[in-house]
This record gives sequence, structure tokens and C-alpha cells, in this order.
Amino acid sequence: MPTVSRSTRASRVAMAIGLLGLIVLIAAPWWAGRADLRLMGEIYLYLSLACLWNLMAGYAGLVSVGQQAYVGFGGYMLFALSIFGGLNPVVAIVLGGVLAAIISVPVAALIFRLKGAYFAIGTWVMAEVFRLSFAQIQPLGGGSGTSLPVAIVKELGDKKAAREATSYWLALGAAVVVLLAVYLLLRSRRGLALTAIRDSEVAASGLGIDIWRTKLEVYVVTSAFTAIIGGLIFLQKLRISPDAAFSVNDWTAFVIFIVVIGGIGTLEGPIIGTLLFFALREVLADFGTIYLMVLGLVAIVVMLKAPKGVWGLIRERFDLELFPLSYRVRTKDD
Amino acid sequence: MIEWTGAIVQGVLLGGLYALFAAGLSLIFGVMRLVNIAHGDLIILAAYLGLSTTVLLGVHPFLALLLVMPVMAAIGYVLQRGVLNRTLGPDILPPLLVTFGLSVIIQNALLETYTADPRKLSGGAIDTASLDLGGISLGVLPLLTFGIAVAVIAGLQFIFYRTSLGRGFRAVSDNQDIAQLMGLNKAHVFGLAMALALAVVAIAGVLLGMRTSFDPAIGGGRLIFGFEAVIIGGLGNPWGTLVGGVILGVAQTIGAKIDPGFQILAGHIAFLVVLAVRPNGLFPRVEH
Amino acid sequence: MSDLLTLTALDAHYGDFQALYGLDLSVSEGEVIAIIGANGAGKTTLMRSVSGLLRNAPDQITYRGQPIGALRADQVAALGIALVPEGRQLFASLSVEENLLIGGKTGRSGPWSLARVYDLFPILQERRAQASTSLSGGQQQMVAIGRALMANPDLILFDEISLGLAPVIIRQIYDALPGIVGQGMTAMIVEQDIAQALSVSSRVYCMQEGRVALEGRTGEVTHDQITAAYFGVGA
Repeated sequence: MPTVSRSTRASRVAMAIGLLGLIVLIAAPWWAGRADLRLMGEIYLYLSLACLWNLMAGYAGLVSVGQQAYVGFGGYMLFALSIFGGLNPVVAIVLGGVLAAIISVPVAALIFRLKGAYFAIGTWVMAEVFRLSFAQIQPLGGGSGTSLPVAIVKELGDKKAAREATSYWLALGAAVVVLLAVYLLLRSRRGLALTAIRDSEVAASGLGIDIWRTKLEVYVVTSAFTAIIGGLIFLQKLRISPDAAFSVNDWTAFVIFIVVIGGIGTLEGPIIGTLLFFALREVLADFGTIYLMVLGLVAIVVMLKAPKGVWGLIRERFDLELFPLSYRVRTKDD
Repeated sequence: MIEWTGAIVQGVLLGGLYALFAAGLSLIFGVMRLVNIAHGDLIILAAYLGLSTTVLLGVHPFLALLLVMPVMAAIGYVLQRGVLNRTLGPDILPPLLVTFGLSVIIQNALLETYTADPRKLSGGAIDTASLDLGGISLGVLPLLTFGIAVAVIAGLQFIFYRTSLGRGFRAVSDNQDIAQLMGLNKAHVFGLAMALALAVVAIAGVLLGMRTSFDPAIGGGRLIFGFEAVIIGGLGNPWGTLVGGVILGVAQTIGAKIDPGFQILAGHIAFLVVLAVRPNGLFPRVEH
Repeated sequence: MSDLLTLTALDAHYGDFQALYGLDLSVSEGEVIAIIGANGAGKTTLMRSVSGLLRNAPDQITYRGQPIGALRADQVAALGIALVPEGRQLFASLSVEENLLIGGKTGRSGPWSLARVYDLFPILQERRAQASTSLSGGQQQMVAIGRALMANPDLILFDEISLGLAPVIIRQIYDALPGIVGQGMTAMIVEQDIAQALSVSSRVYCMQEGRVALEGRTGEVTHDQITAAYFGVGA
């Protein structure tokens, strides 16, 4: 009698290694230096952004070049709610996520009227609207931005080391939560619906899947989480300005490169992509514009020659899957 | 009152420039369903090519166009046949991501070559010359730009509907396979379409360069204006795009009158309003 | 008479799916042959292969002795092979006349011109400026045929021209066919309407599941033989 299983030996091994690795990473404030801690925090946050963008684009087919709208929104909510609402920064960040979810609904109502590449540009326009709007808010520094007051920063911890550890754990926690949430979503019925939509919208709607609603849900959830990550990003930076908060380069271009190079539409892809991205950055960052041009070139070449990304190549070659997401039929002989 | 009328008139003329941004964009979408994210950056590239030409040869920007247009057209043909043709197909991701990568490359290449300093093309007398019409001052350059936009759109219409080349564009756009049966090499036809689009981009870039100062980073903004003009006007309708550009231009100039920092946001708001009440634009001929 | 077109062990695939299995077929200059078979037999795949819409191994299709199997459709068209595609497939953005004009894009010289096509199908001249898709099915078929003729081909392929047309229209078109192919043009006619196909052709191939099940001169094959080959029953 054939059985259906979801995990493979490779994925079970990967899970075990992953858990061990996680324990090591949690302990990082004790074994890593300050600069390394900051770098790892940055990696976790970019990984989260990449996972989220991948969920929207790779699974729901919503290719957005405007997610920076929510990164900036989350960042500004942190500042606004903690400075003017007197909230603890972590609470402010989470609340920022909730507010982002709310505001993403009317945004979606508008831009979902556009399709394909026009939808993409529409998301960019929205991000610009956010940027220009926040630049008008004088209490938050208008066009030049503002810094996070020391008193609020101290709410994370009295000593610098404690604050940095907290910042780090928040980033790590966020990445784990995002990865877990996306993984569980994809494993669920909803996830199956998403995969169906990704593979063929026409067929999916023929099966009774409400495409519009599913996409809306993904958009809202992704935007909310993206805003939370945005809050964490600017908690680390301690300073915010419209150009930094809503930067296309920092929060969209880099994220897209990570996902494309790593492998779109897979869970492992963003992880690999983030590692490759930061490796590339370490090597080339001194070269400024050349670095960005190389990124662009690599993305183009990958898209043309290996559209499934690095993980796609590995997966095809070795039939490997680290996150147990697919269904495998096992017969007696296996 | 006259000030507001003046602002509206400026907006209408500005719309001509935006219609030029949009013309190339919608031509490409019409022929091959491709949206080029690097479109705005190519406009800026053209402006810089115009700059280098005027500096190296000491000629007026309009004369420089005689060089910039064929160069941009050639770039378009090579780009299409070398890279973009490979992205065409049912999946929207490849063309989007490849043109996005292209955008980043162009921006940074320009940054490397010209630095981030703002530049401007000098048109000489026409930069500041103006006509007085009933108390309203009309800049000669904006007037000329609008006129050129109308001429370009009329020219594109002529090409599309009265020439063998245009017949080929429409046929390939309708049915790529059957067009091939007619002896049309679609790779070549797409290349020609992109060459034509970039020739228009060249005009847009040089006119932009004469009107305002430019730097490598402003390409994205120009893409957005062109895109907004297309969506407001309605897909598949070139004259509609002119109207779309005008509406966008007027929204912006009125916004600027209220507060200079409000100009661009006002344009976006007008775009969103149209998107909300008329998702297919004002004069659509094609569905999204 | 020499072979104009020869198919040798022609295979065709759509992705992983194989549609033609080692097909052998030949057409002599000036011949009109019929290719019949049920839906899914591979007839249209055959037309697509010959016309270049589907790429095959170079030697599997030879035209005047030259291997053309791997050529693009526009290259095949330039050599003088024209296809009247299944379902007409006129260009929706083009008027009737524009559809005809674009047929002449290859610039090949020959007896066919816009005037001559209008002579053949006068109704088209009446409607020359209309959108091609506003015409009736039969008239659209005339445009599709005219479009192929404008290329002045040496070999013309008709893919199911009777599909979706009323019997009287089908008869009209087939009555015009001898006038079309009369001047020594070679033709391959794919048809589900067996009677019409056999009435204009000198040889027939019957296809079944991607293979040739029967081949013979139209005068010599029997009704029973065709039925057997068509449906794949019997020995």
C-alpha cells in the first residue's frame, strides 16, 4: 500500500542541522563580536524581507517593486508610536505591523486593478506616495528625517551590550518567525492553493480557489510582516528619513536580487540568496557603483540562463528538498 | 485667476513631455506585451548622450538629436535581439526582472561615467524665451515640446497604420506564429520596434535635458510619469496617452501652485483617483 | 516528376509529448495530395512541421533536395512554402486588404497579386477596408487562402479549410481550388471532410496516432481501407 509522506531524509537531516544551528545563533551575543552581531542581524532582516517578497511574487504571483512602502511605514510607525505614543519600541513595531495590515487593504483595492508589470509599477507609485506623504510630516522631521531619542533607545536595555543583544535577538526571532510562518502557510491548504495559483491561475480558479481573495490575504500578511521588519531595521539604525525609509535600492532591488539569485518560488532560495548576496557584498562593497552593476548583471544572467536560481539548479541536479513541502508517494519498495 | 489659468496651461504643455515619455513605453507594450522597467533610465541615458554630443561637437541639442536618435535606436535593436527577446513569453517575471536589472546597470553606469552632479542641456535662447498670450506667458521650449509630442504621436500612428513596417508590428502583435508564416522574422520585428521606441526615447531625453536638470537617479521618476500617463489615458490608445499626460501635467502644476513640495504627490493622487474610478483609463482600447 | 517535398522518418514533439512517429511522405511537383485522419492524428502537427512553426531535425524534411526541417517559419516562407492555417487565424488588427498585403511580405514574384486575388474572390474586394474579423467564416477562409497565395508559393498547405463552414460554402471553396492550384502549384490538403479532399487530390495519406496508416492513389483506395486506416481498426 503506497504511503504519502512529506519529508525526505535530506529534509529531516536539514531540520536537525537547522535546529542545532539555531541554538548556536541564539548564543551569538556571547561568542560574536559587535560588528559580526550587527552583520548577522542585518542578514536575518534581509532574509525575512526576501522570504516575504518571495511569498508574494514566487507563490502568489504578485510581483511588487514597492515593498519599500511598508518597510518605511513600519520604520516611521516605530518612531511615531514610541515618540508620540509613548509606547515601548517593540510594542510600537508590532503595532506598526497591525497598522500596515490595515492600510494595505485600500492600497490593494487600488493597485489590484492593474495586472502584471503594470501592477509592479503601481506598487512603486504607492511607495512613492508613502514617501512623499511622510516627507510632509514635520513632527517626524519632514524631508530630512529624525533620530530616535535616547530615552526610547534605553528602553531596550541600559547597557549598550544589552541593547545590541536585544536588537540581535529581535532580528533573529523575526527571521525564525517569518520562515516558520511562511513554511506553515505553504504546508497548509492555503499554501496548496497558492502553489496552484502559482502554477496556473486559470486551472486554480477552475478548482474553485478564490484567487482575488487569496492574493489579498497574502498581500496583507506580507505587508504587515514587512512593516515589522522595517521597524526592526530602523530600530537598529536609530535614524530615519524618507529617502532611507523608502529606498527602492535598499529594500527592493537588493531583495529582488537575493530572491532571483537564490531561487524564486522556493523556501530554500531566499536563504541561499541572502548568503550569496552578503558574500558578494563583502567582496565588492568597496567598489560602490561597480558592485551594483555586477549585481544587476548577475541577476540578468541568472534570469536568462538559470531562472530557477542557484537553489533551482541544485534541486534539479540532486532532487533535493530541505523544507518538507512537497508530497511524495512511497511504495513498498522504497 | 490668471495665475491658475497660467498653471493649467503650463500643465498642459508639461503633459506633452509626459506623453513623449509614455509613447515609447506603450509602443513596446502594444507590439510585444513587454513593460520595460528601464524605460526611464533610457530616457536619462539619451539626455546624457545628448550632453556628451553637445559638449564634444559643440552643437545645439536639437542638432545633437541627429546623432543621439540613431545611436539610441541601434542600442534598442541590439538590446532587444541580444537580451530582451529571450525574456518574452507567458511568464511576466523574466522581462520584469531583467529590465529591472538593466535599470540598475544603466543608472550606475551613468553614475560612474558622469558622477551624480546635476547636468543640463543648454538650448540657448529657447530655454528662457516665452510668448505672451493674453497675459499668460508660454515658454517656447514647453510649447515646442508639446508640438513635438503631437508630431511624434501622429508619426507613430502613421507608421503603424500606413506603412508595411507598421503592418508587420500589428501582425506580430496579433499572432506571432502566423506572422512568421508571412515571412516576418519576429526577432527582427521586435528589434525594430524597440529601435523605434528608443528613437522616441532619444527625443524625450533631449527635450527633458533642455527643460530641467537631470542626474543618473531620476530615471525611475520618469518611468512612473510615463506609466501614469498611459494608465490615465487608457491602454492601447496613443492619443489617449496624450490626454493622460496632460491630465497628469495639470495635476502636477496645480499641486505645485498649492505648494511646491506637493507637485509630484498631486500627480500621483490624480493617477490614483483615475485608477479608482476608471481602472481601464479614460479612453481604453485594450484591456490590461 | 521530381519530389518537391520529402518527409523522412519525421518525428515531432510538444515538450515531452510525441505527436509524430517516424513519418514518411513525399509530394511531387504539381501534385495535389490529401492528408486525412481523425482529430489528434497529427495532421496539423505535420503542417506545422513543414511550414516551420515546429522545429524538427534538419534532414527529416527536405524541399527541392535541401534540408529545411530546422528552419524558422519565416525562412521556410521565403523558400516558397505557404500555409493556410487551421482556424483561419487572420490578423485581427489588420483589415482584409492589409491581411492580403502582408501575405506578400516575402516579395516572391509570380502570377498572384492583389488584383488576381480579388478576381478570385470578388467579395473580398467589396470588403477590403473592413476589419478582417468582421467577415463571415467562409469569407475569412477566402482571406486566409488569398493571404497564402499572395506569397506566390510553389507549395501551398491547406489545414482543415472546411472546419466550421457551412456545406455550401465548403463546396464553393473547393470548386475554386482547381483554379488556385491549376498553374502547376503543388498542394497538400489536410481535411476532415474526406469526400471533398479526395475530390481534388490525386493521392491520399491517412494518418492515425502520429503515423501513416494508409497511402495510395485516390482512385485506387477503397472506402473500407480508408475507414480501417482512419479509425485504426482491423488488421
